[in-house]
Amino acid sequence: MDREQVCSLREIMEVDFVIKETALYLNTHPTDERALRLHNTYSQKLKELESIYQAKYGPLTNHEMSQFPWAYINEPWPWEFDFSLC
Amino acid sequence: MWIYEKKLQYPVRVDTCNPTLAAMIIEQFGGPDGELSAGIRYLTQRWTMPTNEGKATLTDIGTEELAHWEIIGTIVWKLVKDAPKEAIQGTPFETHYVNHGKSPFPHSAAGEAWTAAYIQSKADPIADLHEDMAAEEKARATYEYLIRVSDDPGVNETLGFLRQREIVHFQRFGETLQIVQEEINRKKYY
Ligand SMILES: [Fe+2]
Repeated sequence: MDREQVCSLREIMEVDFVIKETALYLNTHPTDERALRLHNTYSQKLKELESIYQAKYGPLTNHEMSQFPWAYINEPWPWEFDFSLC
Repeated sequence: MWIYEKKLQYPVRVDTCNPTLAAMIIEQFGGPDGELSAGIRYLTQRWTMPTNEGKATLTDIGTEELAHWEIIGTIVWKLVKDAPKEAIQGTPFETHYVNHGKSPFPHSAAGEAWTAAYIQSKADPIADLHEDMAAEEKARATYEYLIRVSDDPGVNETLGFLRQREIVHFQRFGETLQIVQEEINRKKYY
């Protein structure tokens, strides 16, 4: 397993967790401007990280564009990652 | 509408091969207070939730629970995938193995198949949100029991994360309940 891939997915997972958490908070505090700014900042950051990752390792969702051949099916699938590498 | 994201919500690490622990962790895959019950419960309650805050909270927490269900399945899989049959024989995982092999399956640690009788949807937001808050606390308690019986450091890290999420969800459902109650009071008096 490619250690670099594990590390970059892990970074995406961290940023993704931040926005899942700000989103949940905003659902019951929709007028909290500071939380919304935080959410928007990390949402932008996630997009950037995802586009770098996907160009290298293939789509994270089946909505994304792919190089030939269709790379969405490539391993490792999430439950196959060895996170002890990173 | 849902779309699959090809990543886990938490980087699951498992340090041991431990079929007995897998048989206990499966409680959260298909037990009464497990992640499947949580996900199906919240997603089912959405249609009759009156406030927008409540609709969003049920949608997003329900979705997150399905990601937790995937994490639990991954722990179970990683605990058994390299186990030779000798490591399974005589353990509590053996009764699971003779039916499902090494596949996770939604039943409790005691082997009862998952049932919709574990959840409720009453078309009554006060009743539903109280059920949801209780469900989060019951799941937290289960995670504490599981952490107590597990001696796998990687598994315990992930279980600790999931336990924390139950606390956050309890908080959000509490806020949702308060918003619904304010809405009901506003309608009554003005
Ligand atoms: Fe939860």
